[in-house]
Parts: sequence; structure tokens; C-alpha cells
Amino acid sequence: MTLTSAPSGGLGTERPVAPEAFAEPSYVRPLLFAFGGLALLSLVRIIADAPELTGGETFIAAIGAMSPILFAGLGAMFSSRVGVVNIGLEGMMIMGTFFAGWAGWHWGPWAAIVAGAFGGALGGLLLAVVTVTFGVDQVVAGIAINLLAPGVARFLAGEIFANHADGSITQSPTMSHGISQFTVPFVAGGSFFGWTTPNPLRWLDEKRWFLVSDLAAVGRGFTTSLAWTTVLALVLVPLSAYLLWRTPFGLRLRSVGEKPSAADSLGVAVYRMKYIGVTISGALAGLGGAWLAIDVRAYNENQTAGRGFQGLAAMIFGNYRPAGIAAGAGLFAFAQSLTQRLGTAPVRALFLLAALAAAGFALVLLYRRRFPQATGTLVLGALALTYYLSANTVNNQIVFITPYVVTLLVLTFASQHLRPPAYEGRPWRKGDL
Amino acid sequence: MRRRLTYALAAPLLAAAISLVVSSIALLLVGKSPATAYRAMWESLDSADALVTVLNVAAPYYVMGLAVALGFKMGLFNIGADDQYRLGALMAAAVGAAVTLPAPLHVLLIVVVAMAVAGAYAGVAGVLKVTRGVNEVVSTIMLNFIATGITAYLLTVYLRDKRVRLQSETKSIKPSGWLPSLNRALGWVGYHLPSGTVLEGFIVIAALTGVGFYLLLSRTRFGFDLRATGANPWAARSSGVNANGMIMKTIVLSGAIAGLAGMGPLLSEIHKYGDTFPTALGFTGIAVALLGRNSPTGIAVGALVWAAIEQASRGLAQAGIPPEIGKILQGTLLLSAVVAFEVVRRYGQAAEVREAAAKANAARPGQPLPAAAS
Repeated sequence: MTLTSAPSGGLGTERPVAPEAFAEPSYVRPLLFAFGGLALLSLVRIIADAPELTGGETFIAAIGAMSPILFAGLGAMFSSRVGVVNIGLEGMMIMGTFFAGWAGWHWGPWAAIVAGAFGGALGGLLLAVVTVTFGVDQVVAGIAINLLAPGVARFLAGEIFANHADGSITQSPTMSHGISQFTVPFVAGGSFFGWTTPNPLRWLDEKRWFLVSDLAAVGRGFTTSLAWTTVLALVLVPLSAYLLWRTPFGLRLRSVGEKPSAADSLGVAVYRMKYIGVTISGALAGLGGAWLAIDVRAYNENQTAGRGFQGLAAMIFGNYRPAGIAAGAGLFAFAQSLTQRLGTAPVRALFLLAALAAAGFALVLLYRRRFPQATGTLVLGALALTYYLSANTVNNQIVFITPYVVTLLVLTFASQHLRPPAYEGRPWRKGDL
Repeated sequence: MRRRLTYALAAPLLAAAISLVVSSIALLLVGKSPATAYRAMWESLDSADALVTVLNVAAPYYVMGLAVALGFKMGLFNIGADDQYRLGALMAAAVGAAVTLPAPLHVLLIVVVAMAVAGAYAGVAGVLKVTRGVNEVVSTIMLNFIATGITAYLLTVYLRDKRVRLQSETKSIKPSGWLPSLNRALGWVGYHLPSGTVLEGFIVIAALTGVGFYLLLSRTRFGFDLRATGANPWAARSSGVNANGMIMKTIVLSGAIAGLAGMGPLLSEIHKYGDTFPTALGFTGIAVALLGRNSPTGIAVGALVWAAIEQASRGLAQAGIPPEIGKILQGTLLLSAVVAFEVVRRYGQAAEVREAAAKANAARPGQPLPAAAS
């Protein structure tokens, strides 16, 4: 059954392999973009007089909200890197929430982490069996897993949770305690052997100086009230980068996603590598599910709410690389924390941001003498500015869709810079070229 | 010929067997008897009312399956069918509730609005693919979420019925915009349904869509180009098929049919768009299209099976069996079906190669060919 017949089945764009196929990930570009974005946000915050937009509370919420998407995004990357498109992340994440809810109820949050990863890995293993061994189209298999997983979770929840006092078919009994949180001492006011240390970052943050205070606020996000599950997510970014780009094992994994026949001829066990990559992918998605379950101390039906797909989007946004994925997940989380924690005032300011960004982008396009594109960008920017000046409040839904629109825009306009694994999306049998 | 039939039947039977075994194991694990469960399922299908429900439920599934299958036929994944139909249904409900027209025109207007909106929204993914090479799987997933946001925004801000306080929903469409039921037509042929049982008129639309799908694919140049592109895009392109044009036409038409699928609930059951409107119809359509292997008859079987499992699960709770086993049955059926199709296809291919090699060896002894490749 060959449902994809595109020249390359990958999720990105259909283009030939770029020479940087095996280049190491660069942290400079994402960091530069993040810094520029923050400067712009800071400017908008001052003009629009919306201090919450880049306040410490926003980033503290955002770093938490980012974690499950980050887990899913890294999961998507491990699967794509071995050449398997993982549309089933959402389903694997659901398995993670269920297993984490069950184990957390019995043995607390640390067991929930392990069990969540295990549940997700089961889903990953299923995807590997279906796509690698049986050669079923990867997108089809992923969709099937997404349809199957909620049914399995609901069936098991009805059997296991519904008979207990504070459980039901849609919810597990709550965990007796949540996971402990951690605040860095001397920087963000964490306690040091029982002594509450000063909090210089908050002091800076509350000054609301241009850029300095916003940087401090970001710093607060990364140092204040971090659940250990969040720390795990953040640590996994450099860890997976190290694993994939600095170890022989990582090289083998990636070679399988780029050119399996070449890897095979050099003695790499292609099938085994694909199985490992896809199973890791499932385990990471399951960790994302566990994060969600631990966050509210219970499994809830529909807890994932599309975060598996957000992870997939974050991976493409981040060009299949850990640092970029973190940036993409951060974007989704920032939008989420704006809509959930705050009113619409800072949201309205985002339209000013869009207008400024469009103006800057148009200047770049003019400099490159791409006049039609520049005009189009300017028109969009003018629209955003009009909206900013005319509207008093902004519907939360508009913010909800912002990261998806940005991902689409990245796919549309920056696709030359995206470099998906060359063999992504295609089934490979031993002997194929 | 006989072998082809065997292969065609082997995969679905294998899939059905696997899914039954898996579901039985799941039931045994929780200490329930599979025999009781399957008997209860059978009994909840064994009435005229239940069969009518299955037909009513299956009709939109079928149309949605056709929408997705049209894309599949040429290698396009329209995962966005789910958002296209909801956006189309919302706009159609809003327009339909705002106007009063003579009955046929009213229904026609609603259907045209839904198909146009859904088709246009699908066209966004088409434009991105044609002009920028953006893979439609990713763009339609993004567009899914964007449509969810747009739908909620439009509904809560502009299109909601201000008199209803607790839910956000559009005003109801007046009865002139309802699709008549088939009960009276059945009465003319001397068959009377029990009272309270309604056979929905949308079934006729679904059947006509199926016929149209078949004729379009097998009797028109568009259909030929579409199948050719699906079978071998490079060969099709070099024989003069306009690849980009085909992508645009197919994805817009797929979206329009998805919009039509949403008309089942809108015109026959609910008559307004709101929180009670069925969701995830698009994903069911994908499942049904995969089960039916993209053929109009196969999809009909798939849609009926899917709806039948749903209906059958309703009777399980009374028998003390968790009704969620129906979801497991559906999920494993789909997964094992796609695996079985692939395995049987590969087995058939290997058998063909073996046979051809044997024939060639018999005709030309002394230089044996390898028995089977791949």
C-alpha cells in the first residue's frame, strides 16, 4: 500500500539533500533569533504598556507549559531521524498519561515518570512493528495508533480507576503528593539549607527596564519553581543533541534516516536502529504524557489536547534539531501561558509585535529586491497594526492559533533552511536502494 | 481471477480475526466473557431500529471516507478533512439560519455554502503544496488547529445565538432547510418503520456521492489523470498530466466532499452548529477510507462496519461489559487491516514473481532464473 508517492515522503519540503546533511547542530542561530525576538517583545511591552507580556510570571508558566511539548518534539525528532514519520505521538502521549496516572496513584510521581515512559514506549514499539517490519505506510500507521490509544486508555481506565472512590472512567485517583519543585538559590530566591536567599532576578524583573528586565524574567522562568519533570525535559535537550551528534550510536541512528542502504552496507543494523529510534520516540512522548499527569496529580481523559501534534510542529519549526525544537516548544508554550494566565491586554500587544516584525521582515525583503513579497508582508503588517489600534480586546482564540500560523509561515517562507532526514517517510526493506 | 478474489478477501478476514482475538484477550484480561460480549453486541444490532441507526450513522462516515479516499487515490493525505467539515458546517448553519427560502433551494444553499467553504479551506493546503512544496500532512495538521480556533472565534463572537446563554451555538435552521426523511418514501413501497424510527434522507445523498465518485474516477479524464498520478507521479507528469493542477483540483474537491459529509448531522439531525455537533468525523473518514481501500464499495462496507460496531457497543453496558471494547475493536481492526493489506499485497507480488520465473525457466531450460526476488 503506497499512499505517499511524493518524491521524498518527508514531512518538510521536497528538496534534494543539502550538503549540511551531517552537519552538527548550531545553537547560534536559534539563540540569536530568541534574543532578537525578546528585544522586540520588550519594545512592544513598553509601547503597548503591557508589563505582563514579558513578566516573570509569564515565563515561569511558559517554561512549565513548554515541557510536555518539548518531550513530544524530541520524540518526534528521534523517530524522524531514523526515517519514520511519527504521526502517532498524540496516541503515545495518551498512553503515557494513563500509565503515569496509574503508577503515580500507587507509588507517587517518580514511578509515574518511569511508567509514563514505558507506556509511550509500548506505543512506539507498536509503530515500529507496523512500519518497519510490515512496511505499512507511516502516516497511516500513526493515524491508526492515534485512533486506537484513546480507546485503550478509556477501556483500561474504566476497568482500573472507575471502581475506586475518587476515580472514574475519565480520571485516575489522585496521587498522594505531587513532584517537588526546585528554585535556584541566590539567583531566583530558592532556599539554601533552610535560608531563603535573596532574589536578584525578581528585583531586576520588577524594574521593567528595557531588555534587561525581560532577560531577567526569562531567567526567572528557567530558575523558579521548576518541577523535577520540567528539569528532566530541559536536560534532555543538550543530552539528546549529544547522543545524536557526538556518539557513534547517534551517528548510526541518523545514518539510518538519511541513507539506510549505505548504513546497511557499512554494517549498521538498520531495522534494529529504526526500532530503537521509534521506541525512544514513543518513550519521550510518554514522558510528555507523564509530565501532564504529574502536573495535575492524576490521569484525565483528553489531557494531551493536541500536544503530540504541537511537538511535531515544534520539530519542523526547529528544523529537526534539539535547540530548534526547544525554541518551537517555547513558542507554543508562550502563547499558551499568555492565553491561560492573563487577560487580553498583553495579547493585543502581540498584534503590535506582528506589525513590527512584518516591517522588519519587509525591510530585509526590500534589501534583497524581492518586491512582491515585501509588499505582501507590508500589507499584512499594516493589517496587524490596524487591528492593534482599533481593537480593545482580542479573543483568546486568535492567540491560540498564533503558533500554528507561525509554524505554517516558517514552512512556507523558510523551507529552504529546513533539512528533514533524507529517507524520512519511506518504508525501507533490506536490499532497497 | 480466482486468486485475486482470494487475496481481496484474505486481508479483511485476517484483519477481522486479529481484531476479534485482541478484543477477546482484552476482555478475558478484565475477567469478562468474550462470548457474552459478542452475543450482546449481536443482539443490540438485531432490530429494525438498530439497523436504521447504523445506516444513518454510516452515511456521513461514508461521504467522509470518499472525501479522504479521493486524496489517497493520488497520494495526498487530507488529514484536514476534520477541520474542513467543521468550518463548512459552521458557515452553512449560520447562512442557513439567517435566510428563509423554499425548501429545495434552502437545502441547496446550505450544501453549497458548506462545500464551498470546506473546499476553499482545503485549497489553502493545496496552494502551500503547489507553490512552496509544503507537505500536506503537516500543513493540514496545522490548519486543523487553526480552524478549531477560527471556528470557536467566529462562533463565540459573531455567529452565536445571543438568546442561548450557557452554550455557544448558532440559531436553528428553519424546517425548510431540513432534509426530509425517507420514511414516507419507504411507505410508498409498502414498508413501514416502527414509530420513532427515522431513516434519514442524507443516505440518498451519500449513495449518490458514491456513484459520482465511481463515475468520476473510472469514466472521466480527471479520474484517469488522478489514478495515473497516484500510481506513478513521474510517468503521469511526463505523459502530460499537469501535476500542480491535479493537486489543487483534488484537494479542493476532497475538501468540498468533506464539507458535504458534515451536512448529514446538520440537515437531518441537529439543524444548528454548536457544542453538540459531532467532532472527529474527519478521522473516522480516514479510518473508513483505509478499511475500504479507497474503493467506493469498500468504503461503504468500512463505514457500515464502523457504524455497526458503534451501535453494537451500546448494548454492552447492560450485559456488564465495558462498552469501550468497541473502540478497541475499531482500533485494532484498522491497524490489523492496514498490516494485512500490506502483507497480502507483498505475498501476492512474491507469488507472481515466482510464477513468472517458473514459466520462464520452463520455456528456456538450462539457465534458471532466481525463484523469487524481494
